Amino acid sequence: MDAVRDNWRDVLYAFGLTVEISVLAGVIALVLGFLLGALRVSPVPVGRAVAAVYVRLVRNTPLLLIMLITTFTLPVLGLRPDINLNDWFGIDSHNRMLNLNFFVLCATGALGLYTAAFVCEAVRSGINSIPIGQAEAARSIGMTFGQTLRLVVLPQAYRAVIPPLTSTMIAMTKNSSVAVGVGVTDATFQMRKLNNDNGDQILQIFVTFAIGYMILVFLISAVGSLLERRAAA
Amino acid sequence: MAASVLFDEPGPRTRARHRLYGAALLLVIAAFLVWIYLRLHDEGEFSQRIFDDLSQDNVLTAIGDGVVATLKAAAISIVLAVLFGFLLAAGRLSDHAWVRVPSRLVIEFFRAVPVVLMMIFFFGWLAVNTELETQRQALIAVVAALMFYNGSVLAEVFRAGINAVPKGQVEAAYAIGLRKGQVLRMIQTPQAVRYMLPTIISQCVVTLKDTSLGYIITYQELLREGRGIAEFIGNNLTVFLVIAVIYIAMNSVLSALAFWLERRLATRGIRPVETPGLGAEDGSHTTVG
Repeated sequence: MDAVRDNWRDVLYAFGLTVEISVLAGVIALVLGFLLGALRVSPVPVGRAVAAVYVRLVRNTPLLLIMLITTFTLPVLGLRPDINLNDWFGIDSHNRMLNLNFFVLCATGALGLYTAAFVCEAVRSGINSIPIGQAEAARSIGMTFGQTLRLVVLPQAYRAVIPPLTSTMIAMTKNSSVAVGVGVTDATFQMRKLNNDNGDQILQIFVTFAIGYMILVFLISAVGSLLERRAAA
Repeated sequence: MAASVLFDEPGPRTRARHRLYGAALLLVIAAFLVWIYLRLHDEGEFSQRIFDDLSQDNVLTAIGDGVVATLKAAAISIVLAVLFGFLLAAGRLSDHAWVRVPSRLVIEFFRAVPVVLMMIFFFGWLAVNTELETQRQALIAVVAALMFYNGSVLAEVFRAGINAVPKGQVEAAYAIGLRKGQVLRMIQTPQAVRYMLPTIISQCVVTLKDTSLGYIITYQELLREGRGIAEFIGNNLTVFLVIAVIYIAMNSVLSALAFWLERRLATRGIRPVETPGLGAEDGSHTTVG
């Protein structure tokens, strides 16, 4: 355990970055995913097709490839965002959690875009799980599609959507580890670094990091069941 | 989606309005894509030179090698994952707590740990403890990680599939004197396969996609070859887009197969089991139709 104990600060910061990426990507994925989900069930045929094509393309492309394409496309388009909060706050000792460099932002954006497709499907299946009578009743009292969705279907779908969304968010947090492929110094990167320096402790290091990820997974599923219970009440 | 319950069948005026919305949406998306295309084109992407470079023999060979390596890793992984998953599912359904509890722990562990983390671990462990050549180590690491992860996911699918077989079948089998193992092997599994097949094929898509993570541990699969080609001809984006098209094509074939099977089985009243919660990317098994 020495390798981990001697570098506990780095390990914590690395997991901090993993959490940061997951939270930011989660926000992107939820917002975009809900919009796509609404398009997917909308009365506008083109809207349904656009959402379906997006989901199909994203589902069949590896996440790492999407991250690579993002990191190579943005600079060509003249975009190279780089938010280093270390400079803003004038912190000398470089803290990786405050350094949202270009690669972190690209990986986060790509992860958000990728996960949005799965959020869209979760939303759609949640909407489809609402008994037909509800929507029929809403329509029969003259509600439009927007009103039916907003006032009748979505509040109920919310409950049905939580379990699949929880597992999507868990998968997303695990998927944030793919960001090492584009040079992000998250928890997975930190494990590889410790591995390289401590060939004799590879198993212990792996178990430590695996437990770290399991804690994140556990936290998300705890939040999920909490929300589910609250929605049921 | 012909008759949605969320809205009335639109009349002529509403249809016209929807066409207008649709056209506006398409216009915005097209404008965005064209803008990106033009910007990239100005910077020299998608030029004839790149496609000429890409159609050289050695480049095509490299792409072919990458596809073969990707398919090889995916095929070995999925076969081993099915076997491993079946073992775990049998353990999970065991009557003995000392088999059931460890099986459950193994499943929960491997579903919660990122595949990349496992690959890096196996790769590092093999590098320290074996004398194999690097590519062999990388292949083993990729396969091992994918086997443990997908095996654990599939174990839950198998369990659900076996539980979906009507109880009368099992009772009848016991009544004619079959033993527990025989019931599982001869009665439950053959029927459960029909419930599970579409889900297993969907999981093949996940596996095929995940072989690309071998890139991170330098396994020479399609993405790695693509990176090599990108460096060789001095262009990244166009090459990666070509690679993306290849992935989408391979996965679409598999997805279409799963969808077709599902349809076929649905006509016989068989609803496939879903990929269960934790760690599965999405709650639903259905491929986008």
